[in-house]
Amino acid sequence: MSVEADGATPILEFRNINTHYGAVHILKDVDLAIYPGELVCLLGGNASGKSTTLKTLLGMVTPTTGEVVLDGEVVNDKPTSYRVERGVTMVPENRRLFKRLTVKENLELGAYLRTDKDGIANDLERIYTMFPRVKERLSQRAGTLSGGEQQMVAMGRALMAQPRVLLMDEPSMGLAPALVQTNFALIEEIHDSGVAIFMVEQNANMALSIADRGWVLQTGRVVLDDTADALMANPELRASYLGG
Amino acid sequence: MTTATRAPTATQRTNVDRFLTLIRIALITFVTVGLLAFIAQQISPTNPFAEWANPGADRLTGSAFRELVISGLNIGVMYGLIALGYSMVYGVLGFINFAHGEVFMWSVMSGWITSEKLFEAGLWEDFFIPALLFTVLVSVTVSTTLAVVMERVAYRPLRGSPRLIPLITSIGVSFFLQNVAIGLFGPAAKRYPQLPEWMSKRYEVFGIPGLEVEGTKILIFVVSTISMVGLWYYVERTKTGKAMRAVAEDKEIAALMGIDVDKTIVRTFAVGGAMAGVAGILWGLLFRSVVATTGFLPGIKAFTAAVLGGVGNLGGAMAGGITLGVGESVGPLVLLEPLGIPGVSQLKDAVAFVLLIAVLLFKPSGLFGERLSAEDRA
Repeated sequence: MSVEADGATPILEFRNINTHYGAVHILKDVDLAIYPGELVCLLGGNASGKSTTLKTLLGMVTPTTGEVVLDGEVVNDKPTSYRVERGVTMVPENRRLFKRLTVKENLELGAYLRTDKDGIANDLERIYTMFPRVKERLSQRAGTLSGGEQQMVAMGRALMAQPRVLLMDEPSMGLAPALVQTNFALIEEIHDSGVAIFMVEQNANMALSIADRGWVLQTGRVVLDDTADALMANPELRASYLGG
Repeated sequence: MTTATRAPTATQRTNVDRFLTLIRIALITFVTVGLLAFIAQQISPTNPFAEWANPGADRLTGSAFRELVISGLNIGVMYGLIALGYSMVYGVLGFINFAHGEVFMWSVMSGWITSEKLFEAGLWEDFFIPALLFTVLVSVTVSTTLAVVMERVAYRPLRGSPRLIPLITSIGVSFFLQNVAIGLFGPAAKRYPQLPEWMSKRYEVFGIPGLEVEGTKILIFVVSTISMVGLWYYVERTKTGKAMRAVAEDKEIAALMGIDVDKTIVRTFAVGGAMAGVAGILWGLLFRSVVATTGFLPGIKAFTAAVLGGVGNLGGAMAGGITLGVGESVGPLVLLEPLGIPGVSQLKDAVAFVLLIAVLLFKPSGLFGERLSAEDRA
């Protein structure tokens, strides 16, 4: 049933994951796999476990049973920094910039674990060409930027970690409708540069229009797992998420 | 129905407000009258207003005033150094570590032990500068270690609990540290050994005639300034400092950047402890006396300084310390003496805390503090 890129090993994988917050069972027997260079999305309503999925992938939440696998290695008990160092990073929901720090400092913190000074300088330049507006605001506090600019900084900060897979939690949340378009164009641009993207998104139409594959999560269980096109055509999904 | 249930709270709120306004007015009136009386007295001690306010008082001479300001600044920079520890820990963990004053006391205490031993060995007098440096090293090591151990043993297990819990724990830690000091060294006051003569001599500074300051005080200014600049550089310009500020703002995202949050918190305690250590040894050199309760008042005053400057704000902590030091030193003679209040020099602690109350009444975020948004406070 599941669609897999031919023969490659996934970067990130969930094997039969169960997660609890106290007595509340959040994720139920979830299997996922993200392959190098693909763009996949996770759809689902409120409280379906989307954010928990991201947090479990990053090690901010420890699963009760099952395995989180990074490049074939079980990383259940490894800290977030271990995974970040190996190319997993996230653009958090609502961007969560360090508002009291400058834009430059925010970007530099993205490269916190890297030691290659030249590489960092190169990547900074790359981000400045990608977002010329950000370059103008480098010494400003991040909290003073507009929502769209903050989104750019948040993406730039994540890219500074040189991710192989970028997790995105609700990237279009809280953005003006005009910006949502630009934002998705950006995500595609990042994807085209070879970064795998795992996106959690309310805006299912938009997400599926750029994604290769998708999962649908319902009360902690994966109920659909298919190509983006097939999901778009799925009548059930159309009824519940895509507005008919 | 809703209006009926809401009404009593509204009335209560206005009553509290009225009460606070009353206190505000009283404070302003008191300060204004005090200042007017002071000015009147300065113009002429025999003018009617000054006679009415405090008959028989003399005007404050320029040199006496200057002396008050200098000693105020002196105490103030030490308050500021201690306040940094309160402010940094508050910035990162969001609670006031009331045991910080005890960390300071332990520095004064270990300074006494070290200098005393060096004095007995005859090194204190013969090799004063290396002996002093060694004493500083020991004191700073003790206070830094103490702060780090305190975090590990008392506060880390409470991470994630409501912030009232570490706050109460810190009061317990404070009692513990104080009583261990009494147990080990006894309740009597200890004297630091005599300083060399050139330390207590007065020097003219900046070539201004009449502006003479004791060697010890000059040393305090110089060392505090260096520590402060060093700390500023560390927090604002280094990678670890950047990580510290990131952790202070958002621990979860800081971890997402790959920052080791626990290690950063330990560093924050260590730096705060080191600053208290420096302040402790300076305090020891200035007052040359220490008891187990030495940490209490400076600790509370430094906390006041941190609030004055806006908690969590490092520059503010320093400015708050200086404001408090000068305020409590000058305040009694400027505001209280002209009003004929007896024994004003005993009232400097009262002045310091009234200053705290005044700041909380007029500008609760502190003189230099940023207004915390609701999400920051949560």
